[in-house]
Amino acid sequence: MDELFLRPFLTGLCLALFLPWLGNLLRLRDEWFATLGLAHLSAAGAMLAQALGISILVGSPLGALCGALAKLAVGARSNAAYGVMMLAGWSATLLVAANGGAGEALGHALIDGQLYFSGPAEALIACLLLVGGAVLLPLLTPRLIAAVLFPANEKVNRLPAWRWHLGFECLVVIAVAIATASIGLMACFALLFVPAWVSFGRAVSWRQGVLLSIVLGLGCYVVAFFAALRFDQPFGPVLVGLLVMACLGLRAGLSRRHG
Amino acid sequence: MSPETLLHIDALLAGYDRPVGRPLSLTLARGEIVGLWGANGAGKSTLLKALVGEASIHAGSFTLAVARRVAYLAQRQTRPLEVPLTGSEMLRFLGVDRSTPPAGLVEYLPRRIDTLSGGQYQLLSLWATLAGEADVVLLDEPTNHLDPGHLVLAAEEILLRRTAIGCLVVSHDRDFLNRLGARIVDVDGGSTHG
Repeated sequence: MDELFLRPFLTGLCLALFLPWLGNLLRLRDEWFATLGLAHLSAAGAMLAQALGISILVGSPLGALCGALAKLAVGARSNAAYGVMMLAGWSATLLVAANGGAGEALGHALIDGQLYFSGPAEALIACLLLVGGAVLLPLLTPRLIAAVLFPANEKVNRLPAWRWHLGFECLVVIAVAIATASIGLMACFALLFVPAWVSFGRAVSWRQGVLLSIVLGLGCYVVAFFAALRFDQPFGPVLVGLLVMACLGLRAGLSRRHG
Repeated sequence: MSPETLLHIDALLAGYDRPVGRPLSLTLARGEIVGLWGANGAGKSTLLKALVGEASIHAGSFTLAVARRVAYLAQRQTRPLEVPLTGSEMLRFLGVDRSTPPAGLVEYLPRRIDTLSGGQYQLLSLWATLAGEADVVLLDEPTNHLDPGHLVLAAEEILLRRTAIGCLVVSHDRDFLNRLGARIVDVDGGSTHG
């Protein structure tokens, strides 16, 4: 591979490994829609940062963080709250894009994805995210599953549950921010949502579900990366299209099997 | 509280915006099963909810022994409609010892929990509640969804863990409480039997 594309490829590879894994826990918590809200706020943060002359690598996580803090502050865990986040982010992104100098191009880039322009900073952050997530997710998973199945036990035993819930939220915010700034808003959402949707329908166990979602995300990513380069297409839409086709095929098979 | 007393309830009146039922007092010791029995709306489930912080306490109080863990099986459980989690994985993630599950539960462990029937999932959740790290176990209508065969298994699960825990059981099923050898507290009248 040309060295020019090696860093972008590694950046996307780390995200394609991590986002589907994370997506399983978001789906378990019924918070998969939250990621679309956070991704829009992350894009809005990046746009505002660019307008203010700050790095989008600072603005993107700040946008997502504001959304996560607002969500925590009002205790919102409903899809309505995430819908508001998405609309606010979308509105802010396009308004800043329309009124900024180079904003319009960046606005398109954030929605379509600008993976091929990823630099060493994005590659490093994505790599750290994957390593940190690989350490944290196995520790968080039992606690998050217990919180879903037996929610009262945390409160009655006065467990410091805020630690793992906040830890998970932070991981989601960082992942969404870096993914939005590199592979784009919809590709980020698709990697979080689609592989987990398939694995929840098809896998026979949690372990197999995590593996299936990672394999699906990774496979579609590798094909999309080279197909977009080969046919000179924007990366984000190619990845999303591949994921949707793979998902529809696998879920259709599941529907037939269940009769 | 005596060293073996795990939970002491003193004239507790639980409810939501308004109190439900009458004040109730009782103690629960290790190795003991106490059955709360009474008519619908007498406040049995509300009392358990007050103990776990999901309902209000209008009067009275309760004391848990220091450093005791509590496990609560709710009357209506949360089970995701679609989740690739086997019974065995569920027990592992909840920190439940899987080396000696009750014989009647073994066949459900390799299956996804979303493919289990209501009764099968109830049995699995009951064991997850009983066989974890908790000393005080609160069971709200554990016989929900259970057919006669599963009712026997549920009683066996509770009796298997009896010596390690103190168990407070809310049930409409007087025969089930008798099968457990529970000390029965009539929530309507406050009388104690058993």
